Order: sequence, then C-alpha cells, then structure tokens
Amino acid sequence: MSPGRVATTDVVATVEDASLAPERRDAIRYLLILLPAILVLLALFVYPLLGIVDRSVYKRGDGYTLQYYGQIWRVPVYLQVIGRTFRTAIQVTLLCLALGYPLAYLLATLRPRVARLLLIVVVLPFFTSIIVRTYAWMVLLGRNGIVNQYLTWLGLTDAPLPLLYNQGGVLIGMTYVLLPYMILTLYSVMRGIDPGFVRAAHSLGASRWQAFRRVFLPLSLPGIAGGTLLVFILSLGFFITPALMGGPADVMIAMLIEREVEFTLNWSFASALAVILLVLTLIGFVGYNRVVRLERIFEARS
Amino acid sequence: MQTGPGPVAVALIAGVVLLFLIAPVVIILIVSFSGADYLRFPPPSLSLRWYQRFFGVPGWRQAIGVSAQVALLTMVFATVLGFLASLALVRGRFRGKGAIYAFLLSPTIVPTIITAIGLYFFFVRWKATGSILAMALGHTVLALPVVVIIIAATLQGFDVRFEQAALSLGASRLTALRRVTLPLIMPGVLSAALFAFLTSFDELLIPLFLSGVEVQTLTVRIWNSLLLEVDPTIAAVSSFLIGVTTAVLGASALLRGSGETPGA
Repeated sequence: MSPGRVATTDVVATVEDASLAPERRDAIRYLLILLPAILVLLALFVYPLLGIVDRSVYKRGDGYTLQYYGQIWRVPVYLQVIGRTFRTAIQVTLLCLALGYPLAYLLATLRPRVARLLLIVVVLPFFTSIIVRTYAWMVLLGRNGIVNQYLTWLGLTDAPLPLLYNQGGVLIGMTYVLLPYMILTLYSVMRGIDPGFVRAAHSLGASRWQAFRRVFLPLSLPGIAGGTLLVFILSLGFFITPALMGGPADVMIAMLIEREVEFTLNWSFASALAVILLVLTLIGFVGYNRVVRLERIFEARS
Repeated sequence: MQTGPGPVAVALIAGVVLLFLIAPVVIILIVSFSGADYLRFPPPSLSLRWYQRFFGVPGWRQAIGVSAQVALLTMVFATVLGFLASLALVRGRFRGKGAIYAFLLSPTIVPTIITAIGLYFFFVRWKATGSILAMALGHTVLALPVVVIIIAATLQGFDVRFEQAALSLGASRLTALRRVTLPLIMPGVLSAALFAFLTSFDELLIPLFLSGVEVQTLTVRIWNSLLLEVDPTIAAVSSFLIGVTTAVLGASALLRGSGETPGA
C-alpha cells in the first residue's frame, strides 16, 4: 500500500507550518469514511459468525456445553464425512494442478497480446455463476446426457454409463469450477519470472528440460504453493457442485451443514460443524497468506 | 518459443485444457436454442422455445426482477461503502492499515455456506427472511471486498499531483475530490460497481437461505429446478446469466481501456 503514502496531506501540512495537528485531523477524517464499511462488516459478518460460534457451544437450559463437538467426534459418520471432504479436496487440488500448470506455463511464455486473448477463455467461466457451470456438466454427464449420447453412438457402450451422481461426477465438476483459480494464481507468479534466467541456463548448455526443471520450476514454486493451497481451501467448503453432482455417498461437510440447518433443524450441531470448517479454512489461509498475498489473485483476475 | 520442455506437448495439453474450460459454456449456449424435447448436441433443430418458456412463465420473470433488485441494491451499497473505505485506505496515514485492509477482504476467505447460515440465523430473529433488502445486505458483505480491491488498485495508479494541483489552485478538498479525482478514477469505480452487481446476480447460497417461497432469485429457482430434473429451460436461463457475465466483462474491459490515458 506504499504508493498511497504520498498523500495530499504533505501539501497541507507544509502550508500550515508543518504542525502535527492537521495530520491528526486528517487521520480522523479518513477513519470516519472508513467507519461505514467496518460497521457493516461487523454487524452483518462478524456478529453472525460469532452467533454461530456461540450457538455451537450453548444449549438452552444446560448452558455452555461441548456436547455438539462431542457428537461429531463420537458418531463415525461425521468423521467419515470430514475425512471424505479432505480426500476430495486433495484429489481436486491435484487435478487442478496437473491441468492448470501446463496452460499457465503456455500463457506465461506466449506474447502478452496472445496470452491476454487466451485468458478470456479462463476468465469467462471463472465469472460465470457456479450453478450455471454445474448445470452445464449435468447436461454433459447425465444418464441421457451429451457424453453418453456420443459414447452410445460410437458404439463404445451399450447402456449409458453412470457419470453423474457419484464421486467421479463431483471430481469433474469441482475441478472445472476451481481450475481458473489455480491457473490465475500460477500465471500471476509465472508472468513475473524473468525469461532471461531460462535463456541464461540455455546459453550455459542446459537442455530444455534441465532449464525448466532447474530454473523455471523452482521459480514457479510460490505459484504452485499458492494455487494448491487456495484450491484446497475452497474445496473444503464447497457446496453447490457436490450437492448437485454427487450421490448419497458423496456428502461433504458443507452439505452436512446445510442439511442440519434446513431439514434436521439442529442448528447447534450445524454450528459446531461450521466452526470446524471455519477453523480448518482459516488455518489454510494463514499458510496461503505467507506464500501469496491475498489480493494477488484478484489482480490476476481483473 | 525456446524457453521450455517439449513445446508441442505443452501446447497440446494446454489446448485440451482450454477446450475443457470453454466447451461446457459454448455447448450450453448452443443447446439453449434447441428445438428438441431433451438436450442433444448438436441440436436436431433450432428454436426459441426454451427462451419463450423462460420469459413466458411468470415465476421466471419474477425471479429476474428479484435478482435484478437484489443486485442493484448490492451494487449501490457495496460501491458507496467500498469507495469511501478505499479512499481512506490508500490516502490515509494511520496505524493498522494493513489489518483493516485484511479485515475488509476477510469475507472472501470464509466459506459462503458459513456466511449464509450466519446471516440466516441473524435475519430469522428479525423475521426478515424473504426480504429483498436482507438478501442485498448479505450480498453486500460478499461484494465489498471485490469493490475495495478494484477501487484501491485504481486509486494507487492515480497520480496525486493532479489533486495537489487543484488544491494549490485553491480548490477545497471536497471540490478537488469531486471535480478532479472522481472523474479520473470513474472507470475503476464503474467497473467495481459492475462486478458488485455480478457478484450478487450470480450468487446462490445467501438467497437460498434468505429467500422465501414468494421471493426467489434466478439462482434459487435454478437450484430448485435442478434438484428435480435437468430441465432444458435451465439452458436458456443459464445462457441469459452467461450473457450478463459477458456484458459485465466486456464493459469493464472497455472502461479499463478508456481509463488508461489519465493517471496511469
């Protein structure tokens, strides 16, 4: 945020005999216009989150209790759901890295004009509603879906293959939705790698592969770390895609939360699950913030 | 390009990934014009029947209205709050700026399902579910970080000497802001407003919990419909949403182009 430090206060301060008072008045003025946004977030974001935390440890009549967390710990189904959420998140992350790295690499080595054109293909799905993107894959993978129509037509299968409402469907859908995050994070790091380094390696006799593995790949590591962490964290809290594309055996933690709120009406238990998900996410982001600063991703996407 | 391993192989994989990214969007657009009763690709005949269904059924038309109202309110709230906050963050000199910036961005890192149930518990107590205002306030939380990031970046690219010149010529601080700074950063502000609109228009989870039986956004109606069957009408609705996204991206690209001359 350093460019902002050259502020108009410099001018005013020198005019008014360089005293400190105007500067302080200025600081107060800026804090005042900052206040509305902060208050709105406190009321509509922080307070509701604290409400969830409170609900997770409070039972009417009994006072404060950890019984809801105990329930998660005791009942195997819930631990299974958390385990499955982690497993799915890891699989989706690896798929995104495998698909995203080559594309980000190509974009970073192309001329900027061409790269910007191809980036549209990444950015358009990125900004398209998640539910629209999920629907698109339901149309493709459904029992009478387009993929099955072609497989049958080509004679590769007699009966439609079960591509939707199972683990495979969830993986495809989530990878599709999260892939742009990976590509944009990788691209923002790779774009900053000086091609001169790779050229230098070549001129010193490195083969193409050696130059990549020993020079480019290590320099792109912050992008890999940032992208994988980001996709992993977002996967943990994913709801729409697994809810629509998964089967009864593919319940993830966010779906469990929704179910407890909407159908079971066990809000305290839902809150305990939400707190666990929140803590896992926050741990992930502390790590993420160490590698890539949070706003980097938005710079890449705007 | 001589900078990497097997350029042909990389280009091939990258091409497949690009296809993977764009194909579903393109297929939905094409299929939405299908004349068939179920979704085949390529469609055996072309028609506007799914669009007629979409724009003809009162429920869908209402949903467009609800989504638009929620998104417009969100746009106004988030842009005003975000503009003021960005101005303070970029220009102000006070301690804890980094922490406040991180705080304003924090809604992006909390899973939306958690924000949504938090708001649900919150608004249920005020019996405010099913209200457009409640949904817009919820979406303001999600759109605020987007606005702050875009406007703060624009302000940082803005040359403060323009404003200093106005001040030294005797303009008051407010006049300088209104007559010099604001016009110059307008493209950034408008672009932020558009993305705030889009953030709300495309979002499902907050209206899923906050909407009532009567008042439903487009995304909630899509959701309810998809739980039952893969209805071809949704292809038309989806194409409409893709169109809105494209319009916002296009407009913001134009705005960025027009905003490149001054200040940058």
